[in-house]
Amino acid sequence: MLEVKDLSVAFRTRKGEVEAVRGVSFDVKRGETLGIVGESGSGKSVTSYALMRILDAGGEIRSGNVTYGGIDLRAASERNMRDVRGREMSMIFQNPRAALNPIRKVGHQIEDVLIQHARATHQDAREKAIRAMEDVRINDAAARYDAYPFELSGGMCQRIVIAIALACDPRLLIADEPTTGLDITTQKAVMDLVRDLTRDRGMAMVLITHDLGLASQYCDRIVVMKDGEIVEEGDPQRLFSQPKHAYTRRLVDATPRIGASIRDLLPPEERTPQPSHIIHDRPLLEVIDLAKSYPGKSGPVQAVKGISFAILAGQSVGLVGESGSGKSTTSEMIARLQDPTSGAIRFEGQHIALTPAARFTTHHARRDIQMVFQDATDSLNPRDTAGSAIAEPLKRIEKLKGAQLCARVEELADLTGLPRPLLSRFPHQLSGGQKARVGIARAIALEPKLLILDEPTAALDVSIQALVLNLLVDLRAKLGMTYLFVSHDLNVVRLLCDEVLVMKDGEIVDRGPAAKIMSNPDHPYTRSLISAAPQPPTAPEPEKRAVN
Amino acid sequence: MTNTTAPDRPGRQKRDTTLGHIAYVLRENPVTLVAFAMLGFFLGSAIFGPSLVPFDPLATNAARALEPPSWDHWFGTDNLGRDVFSRVVVATRLDLTISVAAVALSFVTGSILGSVAGYWGGWIDAVLNRFLDTIMAFPLFVLAMGVVAALGNTIENIIYATAIINVPFYARVVRAEVNIRRNAGFAQAAKLAGNSDLRILAVHIFPNALPPMMVQVSLNLGWAILNAAGLSFIGLGVRPPTPEWGIMVAEGANFIVSGEWWLALFPGLWLMLAVFTFNLMGDGLRDIVDPRKRS
Repeated sequence: MLEVKDLSVAFRTRKGEVEAVRGVSFDVKRGETLGIVGESGSGKSVTSYALMRILDAGGEIRSGNVTYGGIDLRAASERNMRDVRGREMSMIFQNPRAALNPIRKVGHQIEDVLIQHARATHQDAREKAIRAMEDVRINDAAARYDAYPFELSGGMCQRIVIAIALACDPRLLIADEPTTGLDITTQKAVMDLVRDLTRDRGMAMVLITHDLGLASQYCDRIVVMKDGEIVEEGDPQRLFSQPKHAYTRRLVDATPRIGASIRDLLPPEERTPQPSHIIHDRPLLEVIDLAKSYPGKSGPVQAVKGISFAILAGQSVGLVGESGSGKSTTSEMIARLQDPTSGAIRFEGQHIALTPAARFTTHHARRDIQMVFQDATDSLNPRDTAGSAIAEPLKRIEKLKGAQLCARVEELADLTGLPRPLLSRFPHQLSGGQKARVGIARAIALEPKLLILDEPTAALDVSIQALVLNLLVDLRAKLGMTYLFVSHDLNVVRLLCDEVLVMKDGEIVDRGPAAKIMSNPDHPYTRSLISAAPQPPTAPEPEKRAVN
Repeated sequence: MTNTTAPDRPGRQKRDTTLGHIAYVLRENPVTLVAFAMLGFFLGSAIFGPSLVPFDPLATNAARALEPPSWDHWFGTDNLGRDVFSRVVVATRLDLTISVAAVALSFVTGSILGSVAGYWGGWIDAVLNRFLDTIMAFPLFVLAMGVVAALGNTIENIIYATAIINVPFYARVVRAEVNIRRNAGFAQAAKLAGNSDLRILAVHIFPNALPPMMVQVSLNLGWAILNAAGLSFIGLGVRPPTPEWGIMVAEGANFIVSGEWWLALFPGLWLMLAVFTFNLMGDGLRDIVDPRKRS
């Protein structure tokens, strides 16, 4: 149905021309779901934009052919392309909120598409729009018709986007990272919905994702892209059991899966034995009846509802929950960036919540509780070089100066695997993985006793995530730190943590040793979290078993 | 990327890249280069002008009054026989001083007010915003006239008046830029690194507001010169016989009808070029203070 041959796309930039896609060929058959998998910068999104002819300014298709049902899309006029988009091929984007117009009712936005493509008249548009909303399983569609995008959750917005994309019964759907940024249970609901809808309507789909596990679960065939080229193509089962290309093998290895240890995520030649960490029998941190409420429109909103837990010295505890569960609020209260409404935090037996967050800077425990932030880019000052970011806590708290400071910063760079020449670079000149290392180096600069990790790998590619997780394991063994690992991804938490706490709506609903939570969860919510995580086909090779 | 620059010592490296970066910005954008060259010219005239000009700007010579431009008097002479060229060049110092001082004053005041409002928010923010709204509700030039008329006709008061009417623009830009970064990850990280709130605001958050501020500064410098000249033009502020572009245009305007066009044209041209220079500098200044442009 769709045939792409030798497609090349180039962008003009300040530093000359950059080839984003180089000679890519693939085809999509009727009713088939094709996955395009690659890490950031692999050219997977650019490929899909080129198909729809919606490349950014400066981007241009250099060579190759794109044919859709016999029509040459490269030669088609803009007028014809407008007909093809929406009616024949349509697309759903990564960020559903950005894809919807924030100041128009979602129902009207669906109507627009229907009327534009003459699928509805002004008289019956409302009725058809509501039917389209029902098709994407929105409950009480007639009421939601009048909602604005900001009134709906992320998952609901993505359903509206899907409803818009499917409104004119296209025959091909291109989904560009449709679930990135959504919670894991929402991701499953949205992906199941898309799969069912495309199957029922006999549509073909191109699923673009960085998540090999997700692609393998929903796609009939997968192409793997790297640096603008397709390196491998095949069915998911085969890709996982016998990856031919070295890059595919690395991706497969780096994808967290059942039965794999944290070292298994690395390429085989880098798998050193996993160092063990010592857990002492005294609590480092005790959280007692901790609660936090914010003033809201209709009375106070309780973000955290009186939770209690303890972390032993040397232990790694995972705090798992979806967005809105209160896990970030909890971690910020423990890091003393926020004040709790009630409850106590005891750190080494001391009540540290008695000192307000605004004055905690001068508290002697400040150096012992440090944090690695979720978004490495956001957590680095764009005006400071990597070196000065790492030096900051040393200068302010440790009062190091001159050559001593330089030596310590370089030591930390070595410890976190950050090449020394990069220390003089600004954050925008570093890659995502390098920025994550800078953030970790800064957090461990004072050798804190408790390190809070707030989704440190959420924004990273899987191969980088594998490296960062392994770095954290090594650092834990070397420095004897205690970790509180905050994440939405049980698969990642399991790799690193001894104990797991599962949070939902401000309460801890489940807790226990990581292995037990994963294999035998008590709470139905934990079970739904585990089953929602995409499970890549497991076909461990014999040699891998031997390592375990 | 800067793969080729191997850093030996962080300090030296940084200076190199700053100079190199300025050179790069100037090379990349010819308009910026022209603007900075013109700025150099004006600064030169402000610093060395008074000692280089061929005539004393205040010396009258009734025998040679109202002469058109010639080899002796490049820009001609005025009704008292004073050399217009010397007066135009000497006036540069006064006009630049007024505009730079006024802009510096409003930059500092606006930055402090805006930072405090943007960072702490709450009632401080609300009060400050209404106060700034009140200033902006006046026609600004009329406000400046009122301030000078009330405080007295001196150069300091022109500076204060120009600064007051510009403060709201700076305060608003800074407030918005600080507000969006108040809870940014790097501000939180700075807190964990042992910085006090004040230090986070001053050292980590405020510098990030500099790029848009620089555009504002350059536009404002030109605008402040116009404002000062405007005040002089209507008789407030600088008084004759002090050479100042605004007064010279005002006095020269009377002679245009009788054909002595050079009296108003040359100071007006210099005024225009100065404003033009500052307005063109904006983009270049922004690129220089923005580290993200370095790659």
